[in-house]
Amino acid sequence: MTQEQAAIGAVESLCQEVGQQLSLRVDGRALTVCEGTLVAAALAIADPRRGARVAPGGARRLPFCGMGVCGECRVTIDGRPHRLGCQVLCADGMEIRSDD
Amino acid sequence: MTETRRAEQAPLIEADIVVVGAGPAGLAAAQAAAGQGARVLLLDAAPAAGGQIWRARQGVAVAAVAQALAALAHSGVRVLAGARVVMPLPDRVLLVDGPHGAQRVRWARLILALGARERLLPFPGWTLPGVFGAGGLQALVKGGWPIAGQRVVVAGSGPLLLAAAATLRKEGAQVVALVEEAPTTVLAGFAGVLLRHPAKALAALRLAAGLRGVPVLAGRRVIEAAGDGRVERVVLAATAADARGERAEIACDALAAGWGLLPQTELGEALGCALAPRHGERAIVVDDRQRSSVAGVFAVGECTGVAGVRAAGLQGGVAGRVAAADLARVGEGEGASPAPAVARALAREAAFAAAVARSFPVPARWAERLRDDTLVCRCEDVAWSDVRQCADLRSAKLATRCGMGHCQGRLCHAGLSASLGWARLPARPPAMPVALSTFLAAADHAAAQAGADDGAGAPPVDVPAPGAAAAFPGAAGAAAVTVAGSAAGAPVPVAPTPARAD
Repeated sequence: MTQEQAAIGAVESLCQEVGQQLSLRVDGRALTVCEGTLVAAALAIADPRRGARVAPGGARRLPFCGMGVCGECRVTIDGRPHRLGCQVLCADGMEIRSDD
Repeated sequence: MTETRRAEQAPLIEADIVVVGAGPAGLAAAQAAAGQGARVLLLDAAPAAGGQIWRARQGVAVAAVAQALAALAHSGVRVLAGARVVMPLPDRVLLVDGPHGAQRVRWARLILALGARERLLPFPGWTLPGVFGAGGLQALVKGGWPIAGQRVVVAGSGPLLLAAAATLRKEGAQVVALVEEAPTTVLAGFAGVLLRHPAKALAALRLAAGLRGVPVLAGRRVIEAAGDGRVERVVLAATAADARGERAEIACDALAAGWGLLPQTELGEALGCALAPRHGERAIVVDDRQRSSVAGVFAVGECTGVAGVRAAGLQGGVAGRVAAADLARVGEGEGASPAPAVARALAREAAFAAAVARSFPVPARWAERLRDDTLVCRCEDVAWSDVRQCADLRSAKLATRCGMGHCQGRLCHAGLSASLGWARLPARPPAMPVALSTFLAAADHAAAQAGADDGAGAPPVDVPAPGAAAAFPGAAGAAAVTVAGSAAGAPVPVAPTPARAD
């Protein structure tokens, strides 16, 4: 079993507890998360090291304040740029991009 | 109409009472006002009601929120989630960046339940991936952020650290240390305060029970987060400046650090509400009926001074009733005054809040914790060495862009205040960067007002039912340009700052 399959298995068992599974894409790659997952969290599930925003000095940042203040979680959601990943819940079919 | 008019006015929603913020204070206010028969609209920037303290875990609402929402639905209160107030417009209208783009909301009475944000202070390494606010990581984890199996240090000051650590542990994190700046003598004194507030003592004991086995280091502080590309360890030292500093390192995968809460007053300021210090921080001034200094505008909960969830609910109830009575022109009678029992309960909560503020103050001489290359402004990557040369915040903004990024100074100001004592500049609309298309709705509104009721405005529309507005369709035509307040206090131009690529 690949790491990815293991992760999807883990998501499936978690979603049985808390609700529906959602299929979305993060930077083009398919990802399954539970209903109620923040976009910011989906990015971390897809790749814990990736983060969202690149600071002016070139460093990658991870979400920080968790409540829509700092803007470190900004991503493009369904083509709409500068959305706050910590203020938007994942939806089925959502397209999230952190690389543009 | 002239041909310069853009396609359509932003939709207008009208309500007797508009409540901004759906945390404990806003939910209580909406319920109380609706109970008096007022038409109520409740807005919140987050995708779900509950605020920070009653945040849903993986989409499952806490019981108090589920009950409140059911009651609101029953009494016909409309709830608009994912709706951020951008700025006040003339004639008792708010410009709102909603799930479907720009909307306008007209109020007869306005109740601000803006809540609080975490005081997040800069220190070497705080921009490393894996460093979070304490409440910040708690919120992310409730939203599905993977934390199971990770070693987390929780640090800073104040009771919120206990709650954050308890949530993290419950979700499978290994909390390797809880580092509280206040020394054990202060904590012992605070325990004495708790004894006079049994309900709070019980809550504290419950949290403590969930943290059994977690090392608690009092009188210690984090002086650095370090690691290669992400946090791998934190360095601790004694808090007291005169203490012999034996330093310690703790290996970890994440650091969650916060120093209490700050009232969110920006929308109140934009409306002209007076502010004054309360429980250690500037907050919106209200009278015993929760009325602000601006006619028709009420404020409740943490934005009037951080005093906790019980005070928030009580204040919300008072404001909802007074605002509704005020609207029905019966408000000046005794009936609208808070009941003596409510007033007594609020006084108790205020006494507790004052004790919290005394026990867990903002650490003194913060500047001593910063290095030349410590970034004090995360948005614009401005280093401490560049900022400390400046005379004040205004010159720092002009010279370095500090405070001019996405957060509009919300985050960096706490650090600048703690290290340099700088006062904040008055908040200027728009409160947060917004799409240009949303901002243009403000100009359209002004033009329509000038056009003197020519009937050109879009008709009022109905808003989605509670729980509906969580989906965000692609914004057709939404410009990628963001606008934000300018540096020098000039009127806000339409496009003052080039859009950043980030």
